[in-house]
Amino acid sequence: MSTYPLLSFAIWIPIVAGFFVLATGSDRNAPLARMLALFGAIAAFLVTIPLWTGFDIANGGMQFVELKTWIPRFNINYHLGVDGISMLFVVLNAFITIIVVAAGWEVIQNKVAQYNAAFLIMSGLMNGIFTSLDGVLFYVFFEASLIPLYLIIGVWGGPSRVYAAFKFFLYTLFGSLLFLLALMYLFIQSGGSFSILEWHKLPIALGAQIWLFLAFLIAFAVKVPMWPVHTWLPDAHVEAPTGGSIVLAAIALKLGAYGFLRFSLPILPDASHELSSLVLALSLIAVVYIGFVALVQEDMKKLVAYSSIAHMGFVTLGFFMFSPMGIEGALVQMVSHGFVSGAMFFCIGVMYDRVHSRQIADYGGVVNKMPKFAALFMLFTMANSGLPATSGFVGEFMVILGAVKFNFWVAFAAASAMIIGAAYSLWMYKRVVFGDVGNHHVEELSDINKREFAILGVLAIATLWMGLYPQPFTEVMHASVTDLLRHVAISKIQ
Amino acid sequence: MEMQKLYLLVPLAPLFGAMVAGLFCRVIPRWLAHTVTIAGVATAFIASVIIFKDVQAGHVYNGTVYTWLTSGDYRFEVGFLIDTLTTTMMLVVTFVSLMVHIYTIGYMQEDPGYNRFFSYISLFTFSMLMLVMSNNFMQLFFGWEAVGLVSYLLIGFWYTRPTAIFANMKAFLVNRVGDFGFILGIGLVLAHFGSLDYKTVFEKAPELAATTINIWGAADWSLMTVTCICLFIGAMGKSAQVPLHVWLPDSMEGPTPISALIHAATMVTAGIFMVSRMSPLFELSTTALSFVLVIGAITALFMGFLGIIQNDIKRVVAYSTLSQLGYMTVALGASAYSVAIFHLMTHAFFKALLFLAAGSVIIGMHHDQDIRNMGGLRKYMPITWITSLVGSLALIGTPFLSGFYSKDSIIEAVGLSHIPGSGFAYFSVLAGVFVTAFYSFRMYFLVFHGEERFGKADDAHHHEHEGDHDDEETSHDHHHGLAPGQKPHETPWVVWLPLVLLAIPSLLIGYIAIEPMLYGNYFDGVIHIDHHAHPAMEHLKEEFHSAAAMGVHSLTSLPFILALSGVVLSWFFYMKRPDIPAAIQRRFSAIHTLLENKYYFDKFNDVVFAGGARLLGKALWRGGDVAVIDGFIVNGSAKLVGWISSITRLFQTGYVYHYAFTMIIGVFVLMTLWINRA
Repeated sequence: MSTYPLLSFAIWIPIVAGFFVLATGSDRNAPLARMLALFGAIAAFLVTIPLWTGFDIANGGMQFVELKTWIPRFNINYHLGVDGISMLFVVLNAFITIIVVAAGWEVIQNKVAQYNAAFLIMSGLMNGIFTSLDGVLFYVFFEASLIPLYLIIGVWGGPSRVYAAFKFFLYTLFGSLLFLLALMYLFIQSGGSFSILEWHKLPIALGAQIWLFLAFLIAFAVKVPMWPVHTWLPDAHVEAPTGGSIVLAAIALKLGAYGFLRFSLPILPDASHELSSLVLALSLIAVVYIGFVALVQEDMKKLVAYSSIAHMGFVTLGFFMFSPMGIEGALVQMVSHGFVSGAMFFCIGVMYDRVHSRQIADYGGVVNKMPKFAALFMLFTMANSGLPATSGFVGEFMVILGAVKFNFWVAFAAASAMIIGAAYSLWMYKRVVFGDVGNHHVEELSDINKREFAILGVLAIATLWMGLYPQPFTEVMHASVTDLLRHVAISKIQ
Repeated sequence: MEMQKLYLLVPLAPLFGAMVAGLFCRVIPRWLAHTVTIAGVATAFIASVIIFKDVQAGHVYNGTVYTWLTSGDYRFEVGFLIDTLTTTMMLVVTFVSLMVHIYTIGYMQEDPGYNRFFSYISLFTFSMLMLVMSNNFMQLFFGWEAVGLVSYLLIGFWYTRPTAIFANMKAFLVNRVGDFGFILGIGLVLAHFGSLDYKTVFEKAPELAATTINIWGAADWSLMTVTCICLFIGAMGKSAQVPLHVWLPDSMEGPTPISALIHAATMVTAGIFMVSRMSPLFELSTTALSFVLVIGAITALFMGFLGIIQNDIKRVVAYSTLSQLGYMTVALGASAYSVAIFHLMTHAFFKALLFLAAGSVIIGMHHDQDIRNMGGLRKYMPITWITSLVGSLALIGTPFLSGFYSKDSIIEAVGLSHIPGSGFAYFSVLAGVFVTAFYSFRMYFLVFHGEERFGKADDAHHHEHEGDHDDEETSHDHHHGLAPGQKPHETPWVVWLPLVLLAIPSLLIGYIAIEPMLYGNYFDGVIHIDHHAHPAMEHLKEEFHSAAAMGVHSLTSLPFILALSGVVLSWFFYMKRPDIPAAIQRRFSAIHTLLENKYYFDKFNDVVFAGGARLLGKALWRGGDVAVIDGFIVNGSAKLVGWISSITRLFQTGYVYHYAFTMIIGVFVLMTLWINRA
């Protein structure tokens, strides 16, 4: 194992880089700011690679652990570590940050330094969330990460950006407050510890578990987002700049789901079992109901936003079946969704930059003018509808197969996403890309440039790699997921 | 070890061709695109022949290539199972694919998407080979969806045509409905067998034959029945069985070479292949077999009827394909899996031939596909004429031709089957013989014989009033129909050579292959039949003496008489007395309307499923998300906060005397409470 504090690097390199970028100041230095941001993002990504290559797949516990006292009076520690559940998200997050910086390269001409700094800082904060093993540290990162995203939507967003930013902020803040209360309760109950790993072992009565579970559920459900607290997401996506949408979909949505695995399941196993059918029901509603809603969207970003919600439904569904296939499938789905939805939002961004519309009706026949783009967009559309050999298939396949064993009708409802998902994805593609050139805006389109091609190409390789050979992604999960399931199977009621 | 490399070579060679032609489609010249893809497929074909010989020598292979994924106790692998069923499919796929590749050089020569087209058909060949060579359900599903993807891309190849891009989406979605059942079936297999590996599953199947599962209410369902029906729903999508057949006629929007390769010879038979592969499971559920039998019988007969009224040359062949797929499915239901595969093979040859011949006619007619504008083409296109005749004769089951052996065996097997539904199925396949002969020769006579109806001045653009796609341009730069006075010409050698090469097996393969495939030990250890419960094949074997005797014997049998009368009647109707069909059409206009509308399946799906889904989506969105969640809860709570603050704001007036007054009242209240406490 490495002797370097890799996790601290993963958190602080992008944050420090972000402040350097901020220091370049006004837009006169925009080229410098961009280069600096790209270097920061790449450096931050490089330090996360040893996390994967050096990961001990036989060890289900925490690895690369760092522990330092932070606030001794309240027993709060700077405690970091990753296991098979969180490691991939650190890598994914660092990877997506590069994509995001590259995605805004020519598009963002206003407050360039601030824009890039916001993304870098957010990237560091999100790594903090995925690696924190201390409740307070987690909460600080969890809340702090809201600020850059709020600013990204509120400053660089579309016409109703303020409404969207507020809706996003209030929704998530509401969840966070309940989360804070739950942390306080656990602190007191555990006799003064904020260590998440100690909370995992803490016996709690069923009644208390249920209250805590509901508090966590609301906090995390808003982030995922689960039905019915999902309505902030389409608005946030529509108003956010392309980079904001990519981060929102690829990383921010994973925070809530991650919370379920780090907090709800291991700390509250009995309540998790008790209330699993509630979560399953909400997940299936997300898959089916949201699928139909996605079908009728006229705004491409809204459509993909709704499809994100449906895909995240698979994640929560997988978690609460308490089987290795379910949980690993859900984790795979989370990573895959990072690639695919990120790519989908980028594709929409590519068209938006040229035509300045997200309305499906404003397009038609894009393939005639942008054949390279159309081919790549096709790949991601197919991945979005879960085609085998793309990453989008793997998670859905595992969750559906796991669900058949769990309950046939749960699987039946989940598998219907195969039809609905294909319907909304392909119908949008057909109306936007196929056909004769729809109008003079489409007529004037130019195909993707080298930068855009590189971004989509990298995402395409990731999508195909994960679809054709997902084993490297899942083998790191096995030990931790097995430990988690063993843990969840033991009652904590005394 | 050497053979294993050869196994890998079979799918990878076409994949390589597809990648070269696809990734560099805009830079490489046309000759390179077709050379590299044809070389890839030819390599796969030659390797398949070697593998076929090796398997004949008794070297069956079942092994893993790489581990795709492990999760919990489950292991998903990519691997090959190379046995006689696989090699049969490999030969059919690579041979037909090779023919189609060569043919494409001629057919697509004017098309701007030439390289892309070659890339797609090679990619298809790769996917189909992965499907048939799989040794597990997961990879089968991979190939299954991958061929669906390529089919989607190819149906929509001319992506500016509204009908094409509608048809390809429809094809994909209808197939997804099938896949929905298929994946549930796979899930049941995994849940109850603990593996997706064919060998493990099939070995364990007898133990689980009596297992029941509780799916609905208190009733217990046989695990095998539910699993097999779920799997068969997948087959219904891919092999276009009623009611999931609706995508196949529309798939004719794609270029003709792929109609031959994908929508006749190979992809659509994937379902037949799959059920044959799963014979150890299907044999354990007579209920599932009955279901298969009845669905197949409905498809065989009722899709045949639709072939009678089609005027588009490709659509006639398409409905004939649907009907023949029904025959294969019927054979599966009668536990005559080997017969189904046999018919799959003969059909692949003669139907690919018929489609490619139709394509040749279409080239000759300058992309006019309406058979009412043709006639007398035999003078101008002799090779196309002869090969079409061979294909049609094989299709209707002329004794000694390939289609005869396979189709007659199906009819006899169904006749000997006694599972529920077999009576209806027997009637359907017999009646189907007459119908097949009638529509096949209707097309044949209208195209190749009789009066020359092409090239008439007033005819050049008269066909926009009929059919749902006749008025579409086949491609941007193709002119449409023959100019007045212009005569059709025989097509270049790259087009007719594949016809000739396909005509040979269409003539001979049945005679050669029937004895080993159906009655020898060709499929021993591959196809499993419970002879006690489903004795049809055993009885069939007793009745069979030799291929020659079967042919001679059939000359006095009912199917032959039916086929002959079909041919004669179509000759009489369309050559002798064309007024009769017109009169019948008027007399029975209700039936004609029903057929014209394809039994209203499309309308029903449009209104109920497509319309219903959109309506539901709108209702959930406008009603659920916008009105209730955002309107009532989110904005409602915002309003509530606003209302509360508007009241509390009353207390923040900014006047000192208001605050002072409030404080005095507060102090007064507190004092009162304090005093009362004491």
